[in-house]
Amino acid sequence: MNLAAEKSTAEPINQGTLAELRALVSGFERDQLMWMSGYLAALARSTHESTPPPQPKSHAGAEWTVFFASETGNSRKVAEGLAARAVEFGLAAKTQDLRDFRAHRLAKVKHALFVVATHGLGDPPEGTQAFFDHLMRDDAEPLEDLAYGVLALGDSSYADFCEVGRMLDARLEALRATRIVDRVDCDLQFAASAEKWTLAALKGAQARSEAPSAEVRHLHAVNGNSPSLAPTTFESRVLTNQRITGRGSSKDVRHIELDLDGSGLTYLPGDSIGVLPDNPPQLIEQFLDTFDLDPTSPVTVDGQSIPLETALSKHKEITAASGPLLKALGKHHPDLEAKRGDRDQLRDLLLTHQIIDLVSKYPIDWDAQTLVDNLRDLPPRLYSIASSLTANPDEAHLTVSIVNYEKFAREHWGAASNFMAGGATSLQVHVEANENFRLPDDGDTPIIMIGAGTGIAPYRAFIEHRREQGAKGDNWLIFGDRNFFTDFLYQSEWLKFREQGYLQRLDLAFSRDGAQKVYVQHRIDEASKELYAWLECGAHIYVCGDANAMADDVNAAILRVLRSEGALSEDAASRRLTELRSERRYQRDVY
Amino acid sequence: MNALTPVEHVKSKSRLLRGTIAQSLADDASGALAEDDTHLVKFHGFYQQDDRDLRGERLERKLEPAYSFMIRVRVPGGVVTPSQWLSMDEIAARHANRALRLTTRQAFQLHGVIKRDLKTTLSEINASLLDTIAACGDVNRNVMCSVLGELSPVHHDALETANAISAHLTPHTGAYHELWLDGKKVRAGEEREPIYGPTYLPRKFKIALAIPPVNDVDVFAQDLGYIAVTEGDRLAGFNVTAGGGMGATHGEPETYPRVADLIGFCEPAKAMEVAERIVTIQRDFGDRGNRKHARLKYTIDDRGLDWFKEELFSRLGYQLPAPRGYEFRTRGDSLGWAQDDAGLWYLTLFIPEGRIEDRDGCRLATGLQKIASTHTGDFRITPNQNLVIARIKDRPRIEELLTDHGLDALVHITPMRAQALACVALPNCPLAFAEAERYLPAFTDRLDTLLAKHSLENEAISVRLSGCPNGCSRPYVAEIALVGKAPGSYNLMVGGDAVGRRMNRMALESADEDTIFDYLDNGLGRFARERETSESFGDFALRALPQQEA
Repeated sequence: MNLAAEKSTAEPINQGTLAELRALVSGFERDQLMWMSGYLAALARSTHESTPPPQPKSHAGAEWTVFFASETGNSRKVAEGLAARAVEFGLAAKTQDLRDFRAHRLAKVKHALFVVATHGLGDPPEGTQAFFDHLMRDDAEPLEDLAYGVLALGDSSYADFCEVGRMLDARLEALRATRIVDRVDCDLQFAASAEKWTLAALKGAQARSEAPSAEVRHLHAVNGNSPSLAPTTFESRVLTNQRITGRGSSKDVRHIELDLDGSGLTYLPGDSIGVLPDNPPQLIEQFLDTFDLDPTSPVTVDGQSIPLETALSKHKEITAASGPLLKALGKHHPDLEAKRGDRDQLRDLLLTHQIIDLVSKYPIDWDAQTLVDNLRDLPPRLYSIASSLTANPDEAHLTVSIVNYEKFAREHWGAASNFMAGGATSLQVHVEANENFRLPDDGDTPIIMIGAGTGIAPYRAFIEHRREQGAKGDNWLIFGDRNFFTDFLYQSEWLKFREQGYLQRLDLAFSRDGAQKVYVQHRIDEASKELYAWLECGAHIYVCGDANAMADDVNAAILRVLRSEGALSEDAASRRLTELRSERRYQRDVY
Repeated sequence: MNALTPVEHVKSKSRLLRGTIAQSLADDASGALAEDDTHLVKFHGFYQQDDRDLRGERLERKLEPAYSFMIRVRVPGGVVTPSQWLSMDEIAARHANRALRLTTRQAFQLHGVIKRDLKTTLSEINASLLDTIAACGDVNRNVMCSVLGELSPVHHDALETANAISAHLTPHTGAYHELWLDGKKVRAGEEREPIYGPTYLPRKFKIALAIPPVNDVDVFAQDLGYIAVTEGDRLAGFNVTAGGGMGATHGEPETYPRVADLIGFCEPAKAMEVAERIVTIQRDFGDRGNRKHARLKYTIDDRGLDWFKEELFSRLGYQLPAPRGYEFRTRGDSLGWAQDDAGLWYLTLFIPEGRIEDRDGCRLATGLQKIASTHTGDFRITPNQNLVIARIKDRPRIEELLTDHGLDALVHITPMRAQALACVALPNCPLAFAEAERYLPAFTDRLDTLLAKHSLENEAISVRLSGCPNGCSRPYVAEIALVGKAPGSYNLMVGGDAVGRRMNRMALESADEDTIFDYLDNGLGRFARERETSESFGDFALRALPQQEA
């Protein structure tokens, strides 16, 4: 069939579009094209008559499922973008959160694209562990019918960069699935590489597809309203910068209030604010000294020529080290290269060394441009929002621990926390939704909030929100920090919440007050019976705070509660917890 | 009669001082107690306070105030053994955030004990055979007794009387043992307060025994006082005084300080009975509708002294004979060494602001700790917040320890400074309007300079600083007193007599330090030039210096 031969005098579509159409349908079988003509006719009719198009019969297995495993929402956005653009390639696609997907059903899926994030120390995102656990079982179903592609998201300042994506890719291959597009590992600035992979994946999918499916609902995205990967940022005034740890505390924690008036930004309890800081000026000094560079040297960043100092201050990540940087340094330092090859040593290096530590230990002679080219773009820092928008219209509150420590005989600063603490009067911010940390829809549902340190932030938002909504459900806070006298964050507010009946139970663990170190998991153990009783009443459990220091211990404590109070075996308790996860009754925001 | 004060309701529903103290202690989310319990714990010997220096800061930081507790340890007559001294020193180091303090009522005070340490602290104090029950609250407080009376043969008997009165008037409730000493719970209805009844007294009640010629206890500032009357070496009995009290409130003329009246004479064996009857009169007739008008002094003034005596005599079943003659010559402590007839030594040491702490070269806490480890006699806290190391056998050994710890200077203090008193005030006391204890060193430094200027450094002028008009440092019977009005602002009072019998008058109202010192410079200069032979500064001031209209 030759479309060119049917050139019409009326030319309802131009030559360019026609060429695209031709490219799109090239390689289809005759009956497929026949089906498409019918589909297009129906579509034309529906557009004309403003009536819903008839639902065409779908080809079995022709639909692509875009799975995502998302912690911060980035994977979800990429997946949704991909699904929305599928139709441009004549494909039908739907998105599927891996948290809500039973792994054994993957054997029935024929076309799958995966967008998976790696979280913490090589962990899958919250709620998806069960999926990966199943996939790794020795008796996992073979997947020879599956065609797939994997996009991995991660952060190269962690040793197990994109570990989950890598592992998934290797496992699917081992289970004899067919890779249709090579895996790409994205760092924090994922937009460009994600875009590239998306195109490659769609092309691969197109090539693989037996036939384009025709699920009309995805056609709405034809006009290009795919979700933007770049967030809307807003220059927000800092209304309050108040230290909230008491005199004599070992920590400086700030309560920051941001003005969102005029931003159009909205958020829900559980969401985060991304803050784009200026880097610490003292650290920029150190970079200039170490590399012996002039702050005014022009460098090109994103096609623009700017002074080096500006690039280091506003455009480049100069604190957290990354995998590519280590690789670059390793080329000149065999001893570093050797460490880089060892997973444990690599992990240790990335956990303990900032960039300035590395380039001091492993000197390298870079000019201004080379330095800048070897640095990642400055990523926003995420902070769980500590306020309810309903209770504080046009404001967002953050709870920020100021990171300052001495290591390798050098002061170290956390970029964003010091930028805020240092009296920044405005901040570049955006809102990061977190669908994995949400209050129950039903205000009558009791909630148990477990957190340590600044992990208390979203719970302040939760209680404010439930108070504003007149929610009747009981609220229980289990909070831990170092010292009662100085570190009970928002103490006066919690006492007031309790007095006013918005907090039914409050358990505290201060690790440095007594001879015995007491942590939140100990309080969970002590309250085992009551906690189980709350769960039996349908309570949702939340955990927020440090992934290393707390999350695993709390998880283990909750499992102990299920075992002892529910008289469950270890396996059964573990299954019960997985159920709670998939029912969204066990949600975590750990970092 | 006014309606009962809220505190009366708290007391009456407290089940003999239990309230919800146990629950308050168990709540680890706050360093404070439930409001009602804060009134009840006073009866157990402690006050809830917060660091007022940190109030504003902590409010901004969304933290509750920096709550802590001041624990007062009852020490009748101020006498403790060396091992009790060592225990208190150790307990303070372990649980208090400030140094151990000797009080103007011869008690110990521990400051800055936090809630979760309360029970341990109280049980440790009890293990040292001291206690805190009724050290505060609407009951009889620590019974005072003149200290250097050991040089008088009647001191032993007077101290025994003080101990007996103290024991007799101690509350009977089992709440104290239950809460702090894991004592077994008493079932409701199985216990009662035979003297106080279920609502105790309307207000605090203070008793002191004075042994002339020293009125170190300020007997006329007490609700109930006993002035020892001696016949030869024998304690013949006491002149009983009633109705003294210092508390007043700025701008409320119906509140005022008052010196006690002499009621009559009683034999030593009757002293306890007299105390009990007077306490029950105050229990039955004291004003329970207004805490600022609830001390015995108002009960007596409202109904008349004659009524009071009649009521007392009727409750006793006999009349007290007329008071005998007595003479007070001083109320300060004589610093330095003294020896009794048996050859035992007594050393009176100046304790700056009553604080037992090491400061720079003056290692008082450590030195006293060392002395307590070897000393075989006892220690006596004086009503001037100084310390007597009593019944010393080995004087050279003690002298050596004093020198080793830089304490020699503590006996070479002007008599003015040696008896100068200040209450705790800021930052701990919730009532304070102005500094007192923290201001005392600077104030006495400057006053010492003035005294030297006018060659008056050997005058034992009584000086007292109070952060508020409630008068814990007994300012209204001093020759020179500052009563706090606002930070840096005081009423200057002058004209009390040297032995605490007469009240002073206001010389300056709401004055700052320079204005006060201008007045004193002029007054002391005139005193030095114009005084009559052996006239005290207080007497001179009353006669010759300007005062405000009453």
